[in-house]
Amino acid sequence: MKVAYWPGCVSRGFTPELHGSMALVADRLGIELVELDRANCCGAGVIAEHNPELADSLNARTFAMAQQTGLAMMNICSTCQGAQSECQERLDADSAYRAHINEVLAAEGLEYQGGISNKNFLWLLVEDYGLDKLAALVQRPLTGLRVGPFYGCYVLRPTSRLGYDRYPDRDRYLEQLIGVLGGEAVDYDGARKCCGFPVITMNRETSLGQAGRHVGDAIDAGADALVTPCPLCHLNLDLQQPDAAKVVGRDLDLPVLHLPQLVGLALGLEPKELGMGKHVVRTAPVERKLAAVTAAA
Amino acid sequence: MSDYTLKIRRHNPEQGDAPYWAEYPVDLEGHRSVLDGILQARDRIDGSIGIRCSCQAAICGSCGVRVNGRARLACNTKLSEAAEAAEEGPITVEPMGNMPVLKDLIVNMDAVHWKKVQRIVPWLLPAGPPPEREYVVPAESMIDVTQAMACIHCGACVSDCLSMEVDPLFIGPAALAKAYRFVGDPRDAQDEERLRDLAEDPHGIYDCTHCFNCIEVCPKGVAPMDQIMRLRRRATRDFEISDQNNGRRHEHAFTSIIRKKGTLDERKLLQDSFGPLRPQGAVELIRALPTGLRGFARGKITPKTALLHEKLPGIENVRRIYDHAEEHHEELNLYIVGEGGEAEEKEPAMGETPEVTT
Repeated sequence: MKVAYWPGCVSRGFTPELHGSMALVADRLGIELVELDRANCCGAGVIAEHNPELADSLNARTFAMAQQTGLAMMNICSTCQGAQSECQERLDADSAYRAHINEVLAAEGLEYQGGISNKNFLWLLVEDYGLDKLAALVQRPLTGLRVGPFYGCYVLRPTSRLGYDRYPDRDRYLEQLIGVLGGEAVDYDGARKCCGFPVITMNRETSLGQAGRHVGDAIDAGADALVTPCPLCHLNLDLQQPDAAKVVGRDLDLPVLHLPQLVGLALGLEPKELGMGKHVVRTAPVERKLAAVTAAA
Repeated sequence: MSDYTLKIRRHNPEQGDAPYWAEYPVDLEGHRSVLDGILQARDRIDGSIGIRCSCQAAICGSCGVRVNGRARLACNTKLSEAAEAAEEGPITVEPMGNMPVLKDLIVNMDAVHWKKVQRIVPWLLPAGPPPEREYVVPAESMIDVTQAMACIHCGACVSDCLSMEVDPLFIGPAALAKAYRFVGDPRDAQDEERLRDLAEDPHGIYDCTHCFNCIEVCPKGVAPMDQIMRLRRRATRDFEISDQNNGRRHEHAFTSIIRKKGTLDERKLLQDSFGPLRPQGAVELIRALPTGLRGFARGKITPKTALLHEKLPGIENVRRIYDHAEEHHEELNLYIVGEGGEAEEKEPAMGETPEVTT
């Protein structure tokens, strides 16, 4: 399998462990990543807020680059997925609008032809790679590990824009995946709620209040860790967790894994090479639990 | 006849008893509504079930409830559809969230929703004396506000707003969508004053976290979050309103960084969003410092990622796009132009193209 790969800005910025772990996991899975290394930021909804045409044009550029490779596009960020799907919806709905935007892309020899396939790694794993194929590659089942899914709003809503008519279970994929990797998905209130990250610079209390509440709910439901396909959620849930704990007034100490890290652990990769040492909340409890299972086996 | 089971959350705060769930079998065809089911349970099993309803045709907005955890109009939700979403279990019906319960499925809309709608001054504020006859406005200028005008005040978006869940002071999606209805109205002369007020309010337009819940649950396609983004756009682009919430600074910093570098420089975004030259900005930046230091300590943030964010190769192409879009800034509103117009020529939707090569 070969995909046009858009890693996003944050995986190469404040969550480098995501970019690194994705590369290792792709190698294990036999997915060849053709990185779109000249593509630009998706705008994360902020540029669309400023000027929708600008956001549409920037993402049309990325889509056009992906179409030049002749491959489907894959991302590793819920926010990129949602922001790009929003632009794609407008671009695909109106050929005159698309032509207007292609005028400016032409200077670079690019044209977005509409109809691109762009999927988060989570969607690609379940829908194209296949959970059966993944299950066959599991070397270290996550037996006994209780993992809380945390999706990120941008791969959940609005369902009409995100392909839920064709793939109605997209909001259950993390649970399915955790099960296939041998772990136990934890049911808790915050799995499909907002991490609060988009307002971290505008209303810190609201932002960290959301993150802290969800982490607390997951702890109360007995989770050993959270897993997320979104690096922005990771920033609020992990990097900001000590501050979120202060806002919600309770102790929180819950490791948060990026999706490729959880897959990588099950594929037998080591926590260190997956960059788990870079997390603010120590992942040692997860590692101890897995080591105990391995020793017992 | 088909059989369905409704699991209704019962609560009468006036009596002081704790809330409880009770199950009611209903005997109706699947195409009948959840509201029909509730009314049958009330008629046949327990006349004390509290539900507010009127038109039963998704027009009056009275019967907002949560069905299987999501805010809906009970009259607009088929039993068959609700049963499918409930999977194996009964259909759960509970009062909407973010508003106090008066009795069973009836919430106090006055305490939250209507109070917030009043907050945004929900009437026209035209300039000068009123004309002798009606105001005459071009039809196309009203099209812009039709989406916000479609609101029936059912409260579904208020119920499921995730910002309001942690910040009850947030003006919220319904009231802000209503605010756009007046800001965008050509007869209203106080759009700048309205925007300044909503931008300056610490729980105003910059309190929305982009969770899309309001868009998802609105039964009328109002897309309140989109209206909030339009308010932000009008506030920043048309009036350059500087707010105390870092809203304009954040948007301006983000947009400028991508123009300059092509990809996001997070350290600079933080710094410029706070505006370190302002006294309050310096305080906010210092408060964020321990977070940054934690990132450094773990090797998550390195001097290279923090200080040496490189420009994207071919950045001139990104800048050309900026120049082009800033000149036009067209806003394609699919609510108005429709999504289906070009369905025949549209290539397969996301995920359908078998382009993944194996």
